[in-house]
Amino acid sequence: MTTDSGAASRDSRPASTEAGRDTYVRIDRVTKKFGAFTAVRQVSLDIRRGEIFCLLGGSGCGKTTLLRMLAGFEQPTEGRLYIDGVDVTDVPPYERPVNMMFQSYALFPHMSVFENVAFGLKQDRVPKAEIRDRVAEMLALVQLQDYGARKPHQLSGGQRQRVALARALAKRPKLLLLDEPLGALDKKLRERTQFELVGIQEKLGVTFVIVTHDQEEAMVLGTRIGVMHAGEILQVGTPTDIYEYPTSRYVADFIGSVNLYEGRIVEDEPDHVRIEVPDMATTVYVDHGIAAPPTAEVAVAIRPEKIHITPYKPLEAENVVRGTIQEIAYLGDNSRYVVRLDTGKVVRVTRPNVYRHDERLAWDDSVWMHWHPSSIVVVTR
Amino acid sequence: MSATARGPRAAAPGAPLRGALATGARLGLARRLVIGLPYFWLLLFFLVPFLIVLKISLSTTALRLPPYEPLVTWAADGVMQVKLHWSNFGFVLGDELYRTALLNSIEIAGVSTLICLLIGYPMAYGIARAPSAWRNVLFLLVALPFFTSFLLRVYAWIGLLGRNGPVNDLLLALGLVDQPLQLLQTDFAVYVGMVYSYLPFMVLPLYAAIEKLDLTLLEAAADLGARPVKTFFTVTLPLTKEGIFAGCLLVFIPAVGEFVIPALLGGPDTLMIGRVVWDEFFSNRDWPIASAIAILMLVLLLGFVVLLQRLQSREGRA
Repeated sequence: MTTDSGAASRDSRPASTEAGRDTYVRIDRVTKKFGAFTAVRQVSLDIRRGEIFCLLGGSGCGKTTLLRMLAGFEQPTEGRLYIDGVDVTDVPPYERPVNMMFQSYALFPHMSVFENVAFGLKQDRVPKAEIRDRVAEMLALVQLQDYGARKPHQLSGGQRQRVALARALAKRPKLLLLDEPLGALDKKLRERTQFELVGIQEKLGVTFVIVTHDQEEAMVLGTRIGVMHAGEILQVGTPTDIYEYPTSRYVADFIGSVNLYEGRIVEDEPDHVRIEVPDMATTVYVDHGIAAPPTAEVAVAIRPEKIHITPYKPLEAENVVRGTIQEIAYLGDNSRYVVRLDTGKVVRVTRPNVYRHDERLAWDDSVWMHWHPSSIVVVTR
Repeated sequence: MSATARGPRAAAPGAPLRGALATGARLGLARRLVIGLPYFWLLLFFLVPFLIVLKISLSTTALRLPPYEPLVTWAADGVMQVKLHWSNFGFVLGDELYRTALLNSIEIAGVSTLICLLIGYPMAYGIARAPSAWRNVLFLLVALPFFTSFLLRVYAWIGLLGRNGPVNDLLLALGLVDQPLQLLQTDFAVYVGMVYSYLPFMVLPLYAAIEKLDLTLLEAAADLGARPVKTFFTVTLPLTKEGIFAGCLLVFIPAVGEFVIPALLGGPDTLMIGRVVWDEFFSNRDWPIASAIAILMLVLLLGFVVLLQRLQSREGRA
């Protein structure tokens, strides 16, 4: 079931069969160069109507440049951009049916909250009475009804973020671009705002494209996530796809915590493979086939929470390794263990603290670890 | 011996505290000096001359040196007499010549300020948006004229604008005119001199204001559908208002009292208050009247500055 080719079909890059299904934004082989530096390299991407698409990546990966090209602030060096089937590559930002929420919010400091939200509507010469109604509606949406007369500097960070959102939504765009929308908020506020953002998106049915470096944020917000690295999109998929079926070492390593070891295929059958992993001094058994040539250099990735750790030898014969506990971090809801193998390599294991009185594992304890044959992800890239 | 040994040890616990206190006091003194010295300087070289001018303005002319009556005289029996001639102010305010000269000065200074603003704003904008490597060079070019004497530079314009100067040569060569234009000793020459001389004072504060402007605000305006021109008038201009106020004050105030430029480039009918003061002072040797004009101008300009500031702070609060 969880074969590598199965994971690939979840991949919805334009090459896959799902491409073109209710596509709202199409990014077609877009490259952006700044002088000698290539910020975005040959990116093709389809974003569907009404979804929340998260562009996730570290700083300098090109995610913001891609977003700015959608907004029209940057011109692609090569490639075309389509919104709702219309080629907007050469359309200036003030004529695009797109609005953006800036990372710094970019509220006009000399205008009141009301004037900020009304700004876009005024550009469209919407009648005064209608502007008043629409601004009131937007401020109600972000729960700032009574703040219309305030200036941005009289608001808290969270309130400014809401004004920025209200301003970006006031023109009822079909596509909203959000650049690190929650980046400037503290942790508690961020968590609450994440769900509000999703709620607003569902209510208005707007397509969101969110740029973020925070994988948790991407997981919570995103219908789908595109992981970017060095100007390229490495993988596109649902949060589950990205976490459970990463297709490359980078994505496996970037999202969440992972144990990643290089290996060599020693037994390649359609329904299973065995991979020799020198770092673990064992051969792991994977219960699905691998679409890779037998000589390919592969890596095995296993998430810490998928490894069972016990003080006694498990019954299973396959996928069992021994080690010594080197570090323990008790986090309340779960505990994290760093286990040193005889090879000197370490394995990270997470175990939920289900019982209050659990048999505690201690430093320097000799332990056994095993995992289900389906838990291993084999990546070839 | 034992006393000296005990002494420092006994003093030890209190010593750091006392040291800190002493440092604090010294810092306070240093701070007071830093603030106090410039104030003292201003007091000495602004307030004292001002008081002298004020004193002269309340006197009358006399054939003596200096050419005005002393305010305070001592009568033989030890009585101090103070005579204040307020009539100078009445005379200045009532006389047509001074009023015309003042209005003319304000007009010329106002128009010059406006032209400086119209030229200076795009210049400052260009410099602020230039690649950072270029910025210093462009900045230096704006400041470059200050390396030469102001008087020399104004004299240079006499050569440039003369009947046989390069400006007329060019106009003739282009066939735009049949004979050399009378450029010198006209209001036109005065405007040229004014704008030329005061442009840097407009550009520098404007640059400071424009450079501070957050570019994402312009992007936000564009994103919300404002065309570049609209963005300029709704976002850029209001947010650089302080620079515009500062630049206009720096140009307008010295321009109102400008003497050299109208004297060298202007004609006999270019009546400016600076020249009138000069004439009263040196030709008529009427120091009290000249001083009264100077005091009235100061009051007027101060009033102007206060008014502008009021307007600005009210905008800020609204």
